[in-house]
Amino acid sequence: MELLDKLKILADAAKYDAACTSSGLDRAGRPGTTGSTTLAGCCHSFSADGRCISLLKVLMTNVCVYDCQYCVNRRSNDPPRAAFTPRELCQLTMGFYRRNYIEGLFLSSAVLVDPDYTTQRMIETLRLLREEYRFGGYIHAKAIPGADPLLTRRLGLLADRLSVNIELPSAASLALLAPDKGREAIFAPMKQIRDGIAVSKQELKLYRHAPRFVPAGQSTQMIVGATPESDRQILSLTQGLYDKYRLKRVFYSAYMPVSNSPLLPAPQGFQPPLVREHRLYQADWLLRFYHFRAEELLDADNPNLDPRLDPKCTWALRHLEFFPVEVNRADYEALLRVPGVGVRSARRILAARRVGPLTFQGLKRLGVVLKRAQYFLTCSGKPLTGLKVREDGLLRHLTVLDAPREPVMEQLSLFDPPAGA
Amino acid sequence: MSWTQVSYLYDGTYAGFLTCVFESYLHREEPMDFTPFDQAAASFYPQRPVEADRKKARRVYRALEQFGLEGKRWAERGFLTCLPEREVWLWRFYQLGFRQKRDLTRNLTHPVVDTVRRAVRHLEEEAHLLTGFVRFSELEGALAGEITPKNRVLPLLRPHFCGRYPQEQFLLYDRTHREALVHVPGKWAILPMEEFQMGRAGKEELHYRRMWRAFYDTIAIQGRYNPKCRMTHMPKRYWGNMTEFQREYPPKLDGLPPLP
Repeated sequence: MELLDKLKILADAAKYDAACTSSGLDRAGRPGTTGSTTLAGCCHSFSADGRCISLLKVLMTNVCVYDCQYCVNRRSNDPPRAAFTPRELCQLTMGFYRRNYIEGLFLSSAVLVDPDYTTQRMIETLRLLREEYRFGGYIHAKAIPGADPLLTRRLGLLADRLSVNIELPSAASLALLAPDKGREAIFAPMKQIRDGIAVSKQELKLYRHAPRFVPAGQSTQMIVGATPESDRQILSLTQGLYDKYRLKRVFYSAYMPVSNSPLLPAPQGFQPPLVREHRLYQADWLLRFYHFRAEELLDADNPNLDPRLDPKCTWALRHLEFFPVEVNRADYEALLRVPGVGVRSARRILAARRVGPLTFQGLKRLGVVLKRAQYFLTCSGKPLTGLKVREDGLLRHLTVLDAPREPVMEQLSLFDPPAGA
Repeated sequence: MSWTQVSYLYDGTYAGFLTCVFESYLHREEPMDFTPFDQAAASFYPQRPVEADRKKARRVYRALEQFGLEGKRWAERGFLTCLPEREVWLWRFYQLGFRQKRDLTRNLTHPVVDTVRRAVRHLEEEAHLLTGFVRFSELEGALAGEITPKNRVLPLLRPHFCGRYPQEQFLLYDRTHREALVHVPGKWAILPMEEFQMGRAGKEELHYRRMWRAFYDTIAIQGRYNPKCRMTHMPKRYWGNMTEFQREYPPKLDGLPPLP
């Protein structure tokens, strides 16, 4: 089989994995090697679905012994199957990297024979890439649940980031849809990686040439919309993962109908829950950068995120007693809770108010989104002049801002068929 | 301030601009516009040519330290931006900085600081995007790429690409500003270059391009097609130089005679 065909098959099999980031690690290039990484990561392109292409995202092979219902590569499905040899994959990565097409390699794999054998093949590829091709770019590898911990460790020493996919947000769904993967089998490598990172960080403090184990941290992803969990369950799980497992990122992937299994939503007429995924990411950002907790955003009475309004606005509307916030006095945490104020603009507010009192006009210059923030702020004790919105009208005003634009107007015609005809 | 309003003619270099700043303080003049020598035209204000003087420029450059680290960065990089009348804005920025010192970068609501900060941010964001969007082609062992940015981003891209490909020979041509970043292992330079034409791609290069396009087309999920989102993240003005949008034209004409 030609390399081009293999690439098509194995990229196609890998595309449902949401994670494609190259962030979390600054490593300068060194003479004699090729490649570097940057802390913020770097997007090299954006595909037609608007997602970032940063890494060469492929599977080692899509031949799988498992039969997970939600997965295109399940044993009972019949797509074309292929496998890269380690050498082929290295040449492809280097060829793309030199031309600045990619930031590095995202290597995942279906389970060929068993988890140990699969991991060994991945290790062989990464070893070749790092040692023979002297590749210093970013490598994100999937840890295969059920593999020997020693193999996972070797993988972690070669890769920059490891991830173990949680796949589904609850143990019950996992048992139903992925009978070959146990909850324990997923959390065991996550624990191992967490502890390995902590030990490695400690060792690096003592000796700067100590081996670096997963220096860019670990991440995970779960599928949203295939199973009946509420947003509240998903967010509390996420919060737990950030707290207990010290993850860098949790990715959500709206379920795409790839299966006719009776256990999953029927593919006919199924709309992937893209808005829900978007809201979950917004809430995820609130957890990571805005000092929110999952239990603040959702509770038993409101188990799902409001599709009409972003989670921060929803929170603000439920906690009107917290507002208005005085721009010239409020602390950083309070500023971050104001809809329309982000991390950057909050920092700028802190800097700018040391020079003189801030006005609404000044706030605009700082990048505050006034069309949202105006309802929740005062400048030197005064709200925006001319602002007349009562509390009950607030929801309407804010949802209008978030609603998709009206469809393009059309010239009316006398001869259009009447609706329903 | 009752300084005389003038128009400066200078050589268009950063050293020349810094000399103008020096001269303006020496003669108590407020520049209302700056014009490079080769674009000289009639002006409402008395025109004064200023020759670049490295000593004077250095004195002004050293004084930029007073703005703090971030302020100095804005002061330097402001000159690389595509801000209309950037020299006048920068001169006002320097003037404010010499008065306010380190408070300069906190005074974010000041119109001058705001304008310069935004312009520098535009420059830095464009440079960041281009670290990803630059596409190199391998031509006889060396790499060549071409960009058409709005700002002069080559000085910002230089450390990134020289650090990333320490063993490669490469050339990155900025078509907008007609200059090129040239790198051979251990050495680099940014040189003015009037014209540059990419050579014909070899067989291997074509093969890699084809594979990249195949990967690009495959990785998108059909059910999530969202062209607006793609354009937000990757504006169309970058597409012209990117391999994934350069299809192999003309298409194969099987058995048809060649066009006249």
